[in-house]
Amino acid sequence: MNTLTDAWNWLTDSAHWAGDDGVWHRLGQHLVLTVVCLVISCLIALPIALVLGHLGRGGALAVNISNVGRAVPTFAVLVLLLLTPIGDWGEGPTVVALVLFAVPPLLTNAYVGMREVDRDVVRAARGMGMTGRQLLWRVEAPLAMPMIMGGVRIAAVQLVATATIAALAGGGGLGRIITAGFNLASTPQVVAGAVLVAVFALLVEAVFEVAERLLPRRGTR
Amino acid sequence: MTAPPDDCLARNEWICGDYLSTRRHILLDAVGQHLQLTVLSVLIGLAIALPLAVLARRWGWAAGPVLAVTTVLYTIPSLAMFSLLLPVYGLSAALVVAGLVLYSLTLLVRNILAGLRAVPEDTRQAARGMGYGPVRLLLTVELPLALPAAMAGLRIATVSAVSLATVGAIVGFGGLGNLIYAGMNTYFKAQVLTASVLCVVIAVAADLLLLGIQWLITPWTRARRG
Repeated sequence: MNTLTDAWNWLTDSAHWAGDDGVWHRLGQHLVLTVVCLVISCLIALPIALVLGHLGRGGALAVNISNVGRAVPTFAVLVLLLLTPIGDWGEGPTVVALVLFAVPPLLTNAYVGMREVDRDVVRAARGMGMTGRQLLWRVEAPLAMPMIMGGVRIAAVQLVATATIAALAGGGGLGRIITAGFNLASTPQVVAGAVLVAVFALLVEAVFEVAERLLPRRGTR
Repeated sequence: MTAPPDDCLARNEWICGDYLSTRRHILLDAVGQHLQLTVLSVLIGLAIALPLAVLARRWGWAAGPVLAVTTVLYTIPSLAMFSLLLPVYGLSAALVVAGLVLYSLTLLVRNILAGLRAVPEDTRQAARGMGYGPVRLLLTVELPLALPAAMAGLRIATVSAVSLATVGAIVGFGGLGNLIYAGMNTYFKAQVLTASVLCVVIAVAADLLLLGIQWLITPWTRARRG
C-alpha cells in the first residue's frame, strides 16, 4: 500500500505536472498523437474500405489484415522504423507505427459493415434508380455506420496503447513518464504514469461509448 | 594488427547470416523465454477463464460485471498494465506473465461465454429430456458446442500474447523483446530484424498449431459438410 500513497504523492506534486517532462506536456503529446493519427488512419482506411465494400471486392484482404496486424508486435515495428531513415525525423516512427496499427481494424470493420447491409435494401435502392455513388453515400454508408464507428473505437484504443509503447523507442506521450520512472528506478513514478495512461485509455473508450449510444437515435428518427 | 573484419555484422546490415550463426545461443534462449512466457500465461488465463465463463453463463447477473471488468482490463495499454503490476511482482518474469494472463483472460472469457450462449436452447432441452444432469450437460454438450468459439478466442489470445510479450523487455523479461530493446540501444539492425521476424514466425506457427488442434478435436464440424 505504501507504493500507492507514494504514487498518489507523486501525482499530487505540482512540480511533476509542469515543464517539458511534466504531465501536462506529455498528456498533450499523447492526445495530439492519438487524434492526428486517428484522422490520418481514417482518411487512409475508410475510403478504401467503403469503395471495396461497395464493390464487394478484396474481402479476403480487408478481413485478414486485422489478423496480420495482431501478429506483428508494435514494439518491434517501432524499433524497426526507428532504425530506418524515418527515425531521423523526430516523431516520424511513432506516427507511422500508430497509423500502421490503426488502419487494420478500421479497414476490417468498415468493410464488414458495408457487406452486412441488407442486400434487399441495396436492391430496392437500385430499383429506385439510385446511382452507385448515391447508393454508397445515402444507403450503404449510413447503415454501416455502427460497424464503422466500432472500428474507429477499436482503432482509437489501439492508438492510445501504441503511443504508450512508443515511449520505449523514444517517442513522446504519457508512456515517457513510465519509462523515465523505470530509468530512475522510481516505482511511485512508474505506477503514477501507468495510472495516468490507464485513465486516459478508459476516458477515450468512454467517449466512444457515449458517442455510440447517441448515434443510433439519428438513424431511427 | 589485424584489419577490421568486413562482414555484414561490421557493416550493420539488416539481413546478416553471420549474426544467425554467431548468436545462435542468444537467439535460442530468447525464443525459449518467449515461448515460456506465452504458453504459461495463456494456460493460466485459460484455467481462470473457463470457470469464470461457465459461472457467468449459469448466473446471468454475473455476466454483466465479468464482461465489464474484462473490457476495462483490455483497454489498459500493455506498458501501463506491466507498470501497475510492478509494486506487486517487482522486476520479474512473474510480472510479465501476470500481465499477459490478464489480457488472455479477457479474450478467452468473452469468446467462451459467446460460445456457451450460442448453444441452441433446443439442444439443451433435448439433453435435459434425455436425463442429462447439469454437469454432464456442461461437459458433454455445452462445452463441445462452444469449442469453435473458444478456440477462436484461444488463437487470438495466443497470438496477442506472443506480440505483447515483447513489451516485457521493460522489466528485462521480454523474450525476443529483450533482443529488440538491446538492439535498439546499440543500433544493431540485424538483431532487431531477426528478433522481430522470429516473433511473427512464432505467432503464425502458434496460430496454425491451434488451428490444427481445433481441426482434430472437432471432427463433427467437418462431417456435416463432407
